[in-house]
Amino acid sequence: MRHRARTVLAVLGVAVSAALLLDMVMLSTGMRESFRDFLMVRGYQLRVAPKGTLPFDTEATIGGAAEVERAIVAVPDVIAVSPVLGAQVHVIGAASEGAAFALGVRGAVQADFELVRGHTVAGADTAVANAEFLALAGARVGDTVDVAAGFDPQLRIHSGRRRLVLGGEGRFFYTSAGQPAIALPLSTLQQMGGAERADRVSLVMARVRDGADVESARLALERSVPRVTAISVETALRQVDERLSYFRQLAFILGAISLGVGFLLVTTLVTVSVNERVGEFAVLRAIGVARGRVVQQVLLEGLAISLAGALLGLVLGVGTAQYLNVILSDFPGLPTGFAFFVFRPAAAWASLGMLFITGVLAGALPAWRAAGLPIGVTLRQEAVA
Amino acid sequence: MSGAAPRAPSPARSAEPVLAVRDLERSYTLGAETVHAVRGVTFDVPDGEWVSIVGPSGCGKSTMLNLLGAIDRPSAGKVLVRGRDVGAMPDREATRFRLLHVGFVFQRFYLMPVLSAEENVELPMAEARVPRVERRARASELLSYVGLGARQQHRPSQLSGGEQQRVAVARALANRPALLLADEPTGELDARTGAGIISLFEQLNRDGTTIVVVTHDEQLAQAAQRVIHMRDGLIVKDERLRSR
Repeated sequence: MRHRARTVLAVLGVAVSAALLLDMVMLSTGMRESFRDFLMVRGYQLRVAPKGTLPFDTEATIGGAAEVERAIVAVPDVIAVSPVLGAQVHVIGAASEGAAFALGVRGAVQADFELVRGHTVAGADTAVANAEFLALAGARVGDTVDVAAGFDPQLRIHSGRRRLVLGGEGRFFYTSAGQPAIALPLSTLQQMGGAERADRVSLVMARVRDGADVESARLALERSVPRVTAISVETALRQVDERLSYFRQLAFILGAISLGVGFLLVTTLVTVSVNERVGEFAVLRAIGVARGRVVQQVLLEGLAISLAGALLGLVLGVGTAQYLNVILSDFPGLPTGFAFFVFRPAAAWASLGMLFITGVLAGALPAWRAAGLPIGVTLRQEAVA
Repeated sequence: MSGAAPRAPSPARSAEPVLAVRDLERSYTLGAETVHAVRGVTFDVPDGEWVSIVGPSGCGKSTMLNLLGAIDRPSAGKVLVRGRDVGAMPDREATRFRLLHVGFVFQRFYLMPVLSAEENVELPMAEARVPRVERRARASELLSYVGLGARQQHRPSQLSGGEQQRVAVARALANRPALLLADEPTGELDARTGAGIISLFEQLNRDGTTIVVVTHDEQLAQAAQRVIHMRDGLIVKDERLRSR
């Protein structure tokens, strides 16, 4: 390219357009992939919730949890279950008093958090807390905290109090960003809730043997325990797809616009370049260079601009996506593990592929013009000019 | 200029004219008007002859040159280059014919600015699929022939106007054409540099190249063996200045 400044500006323009395209491709698939990732974080393919509800969608719980658990384990192909009870707890004393979200889990099979340091939930009075909980309680790993299952604000009386040793710090997958959370043994949380929570769970996660048909297991489970609703990850993803269709449409429209802008940029630059060199192309044709070769040369120019912009845009797009993920992670109610933009090589290839096609198409019109110039007339006009 | 002339352009002389023009006509419409640029012209150019075509602007010289070089198609009549009717050729064949049998030199040199002098000369050979080693050797030989042996790796922007035109001449000779066509080859050059190009053409012609030049340059026209005067699309005088 002879006009470096102009070419650099065009490449930068294409890079911005490519970055937006990549981000839109990442956005359109990212939320779904992110959702799948954190639902499958420990490999549980089924979520069992009270009949007619979605996991943690309401405060409803499943009664007779032990019996339900036994029934689920008895379903063919189910190889592991992880019961979970969710409840609000109050942190007493220490730095400040406040509410936190508590998860009653079974340490060995839990799928709600990953340990950052310390020990997982083991003994009856041990707990794993997240960083927000530790900050709320003004505690560190190894400290003891007082928590209560209930609090009467009029009488200022706590009920279901329990003293827990904070054995470890964890990163919770499903809690909102900034929400204090603590995981403790399921039986402990049930006891703290008194008769109201005895033998109750909010959710049971079930893992199906590798290679088994998850949908068949789900149906068998619902037949075996009619008072629950079992939802598979695939079903959940379908529901997420429906809810996120708005985002996908937005991403599709913005992606299409960015491709259009890239196309116009490249077409404009290559057209201007061809217009400046009509004499050159006419001479090439006059000395016997085939039309196809002229087309090829102009197409290559368009393609080179597109691909240079695409590669730069790839870096720019990934950087932008990371920055946006950080900003959006503070969105209220979003689980910590959720990301809007997820980089997958397929997304990068898809963007590169689209930009490749755009580059070829963008060069096609000026290439056709360059190859079809009337040689004699062009040379005469150039000589006069 | 190198004395090692490559006798680039022409094979052994033939009795058959290199160029035979018969009742050539070219008309085109310009708005509502039909312009008769060339109106029934007939002439031959024997092998090894240098012909200048002169005449006032708009008399049809450049149109004639385009017809001779298979760039344009006649409305009627024939242009035979070594017996082949170039006006009847389909576009693809005409392109190939120009590549292999006709050399062009233009007023503006139109060298590829991103290529070196050597690469510019190689361009038609690359298009003709001449092997790389062979075309490099021939480009080098041709550039030496036109007096640019020491400037082969220079880009056009590093060469003077006269030097660029010399590269354009070398490019025109790359595929050993039967006919060299030049349209105002000295038009963009000062008198001294133009004289150098005239000398180069004289040398080419001495070495056997058949040349047809369209020009306003009296000095260039008079260097030819024969001058065809055109007016209003017709040959008004066909003047032999000297024998070959």
